[in-house]
Amino acid sequence: MNFFFEVLIGGLLSGVMYALVAIGFVLIYKASGVFNFAQGAMVFFAALTCVGIMDKFGLSLWLAIPLTMVTMIALGMAIERVVLRPLVNQPEITLFMATIGLTFFIEGLAQLMWGSQVHKLDLPIEDVPMQFLMDHFDINISQFDMVAAAVCALLVICLALLFSKTKVGRALRAVADDHQAALAVGIPLQRIWAVVWGVAGLVALVAGLLWGARNGVQFALTFVALKALPVLILGGFTSVPGAIVGGLIIGASEKLAEVYIGPMVGGGIEGWFPYVLALLFLLVRPEGLFGEKIIRRI
Amino acid sequence: MIYREAGQFKTSYQADNQIFPIRQDRLALTATLLAAVFLLPYFATPYILSAIMIPFLIFALAALGLNILTGYAGQLSLGTAAFMAVGAFASYNFMARLPGLPLLVSFILGGLCAAMVGIAFGLPSLRIRGFYLAASTLATQFFVVWCLTKIPYLTNYSSSGVITVQKMTILGYQFDTPQSKYILVLAIVAVMALLAKNMIRSNVGRSWMAVRDMDMAAEVIGFRLMRTKLLAFAVSSFYCGVAGALYAYAYLGTVEPEAYNLDLSFRILFMIIIGGVGSILGSFLGAAFIVLLPVFLNIVAHGLSLPTSVASNLELMVFGALIIFFLIVEPHGLARLWQIAKEKLRLWPFPH
Repeated sequence: MNFFFEVLIGGLLSGVMYALVAIGFVLIYKASGVFNFAQGAMVFFAALTCVGIMDKFGLSLWLAIPLTMVTMIALGMAIERVVLRPLVNQPEITLFMATIGLTFFIEGLAQLMWGSQVHKLDLPIEDVPMQFLMDHFDINISQFDMVAAAVCALLVICLALLFSKTKVGRALRAVADDHQAALAVGIPLQRIWAVVWGVAGLVALVAGLLWGARNGVQFALTFVALKALPVLILGGFTSVPGAIVGGLIIGASEKLAEVYIGPMVGGGIEGWFPYVLALLFLLVRPEGLFGEKIIRRI
Repeated sequence: MIYREAGQFKTSYQADNQIFPIRQDRLALTATLLAAVFLLPYFATPYILSAIMIPFLIFALAALGLNILTGYAGQLSLGTAAFMAVGAFASYNFMARLPGLPLLVSFILGGLCAAMVGIAFGLPSLRIRGFYLAASTLATQFFVVWCLTKIPYLTNYSSSGVITVQKMTILGYQFDTPQSKYILVLAIVAVMALLAKNMIRSNVGRSWMAVRDMDMAAEVIGFRLMRTKLLAFAVSSFYCGVAGALYAYAYLGTVEPEAYNLDLSFRILFMIIIGGVGSILGSFLGAAFIVLLPVFLNIVAHGLSLPTSVASNLELMVFGALIIFFLIVEPHGLARLWQIAKEKLRLWPFPH
């Protein structure tokens, strides 16, 4: 039974990381209606830039993080200016394909700037089992994962506050509701988009640092985006709570499936199991767990 | 002056319904085909035939398949490579398990297997649409490649999981030189492109386009959505399946399931974006562009003597930038540019 809980909690914690990437997606989808396939590339770019700055200029982590933040915001604004603005009013599919192009561009750019070898990233959190849980419940859970989960929770709270309490947040929700109405009441649409892409960049940075510390900063980070997709499908594209719940469900079920079903079919089912799960779920509820009900008219 | 219909009068419905109603089009197409069949094999080096022309034709066929699904029927798919893989591995298995099966029959059977997989994974499209569907086609991509890696039966119990395809023989003639392979691929692609062109012109194609433009409206005016969408998935997967089989048989020779990864799916998607979504000609133009671009970039990188790592990253960046550039400047791709050029030629030398 302990083993089951270990797997479950481990899965939930990795689900938190998926949720973090998914939140980046949701932010952009809500505000600009763009399904941002490049979020995974942004995670990679953020992590690689942070490590690259540390390596190349010999700066400490605490200096590298703000520098990377600035870079990510600049990147987000550049994307808004160069890619999104000329594509205003195009069909969603066109925008989606543009973000696939963006993915390639960002991946190439990141590796061109900082090289393509695997970097090690040391965060000042140790990846050791938590002694307290070990002693009392005999469950092995890494301290690092717990801190990561806490950081995610903090981030979500910050985002919630940003959306509900600040002027920018209000404008953001207005834009999410209806672009044209927001424009009509004088909300600067393009500035809001730049802010959203900047915030998505910051979320990508947090995700990149946590993932990078776990698995090394390498190209494989871009595949995180592929993990976040079933999370989004499950949770709905427009809901931050959906992304979190979806992340937890996907993370937990994926690990449980790998451990309990995997050996029966030859293992390695982590790659497609989340998708099949999400797909089955869609057949029951086509808009996802927390997604907006789609009303279609002729 | 050069390119115009003036003077080409139609006196029968048959003449009016020709695939290429304008004489210059027919002449140009015939000339291109004749050159491709009779001139190219003799003047092109084996390198050009086997490393550029054959992959170009195969990718064009796969892009044609994806274009039927995405461009004409409006169902976004990121799982093209998976259908190609099904076609390739099914053809291989039919050849290996049924000795004496003619090559073309095994290609067709491979394509039919891909079509069946396409129908199975197209079923969700009845319920979900847009991005949700794109993500579900990603499930196809991962699931199929996983199956091919994990189920030894499908690779005929080869120890490395890699298959080496059989020799291509039709009626005792062995296709083993670049020239003969090229001719075979060209013949298959030409026939299938002609079929696709006719399918698009028929009521099948019109029902696809109706579903693409607004599926609810199409349903209301009496199109059967389920039949139309699944047919699009089946036909598209069939094309991709045959392209996959050709990719294995005429191009690679030895294939692992990983050759049909997500990257290949994306490349074919790029072909139809750059070539033109919803255009037969666009599939060919896009394939040519994507096949030639790395060659061209390689030459440039070599000329500037850049290190390979820089060159490969630059290639990624150029790819990405081009996609965005095309979407911004000409969302209908190269095919649209060609159309504009034709319209200008009609008026030339007068401005309007």
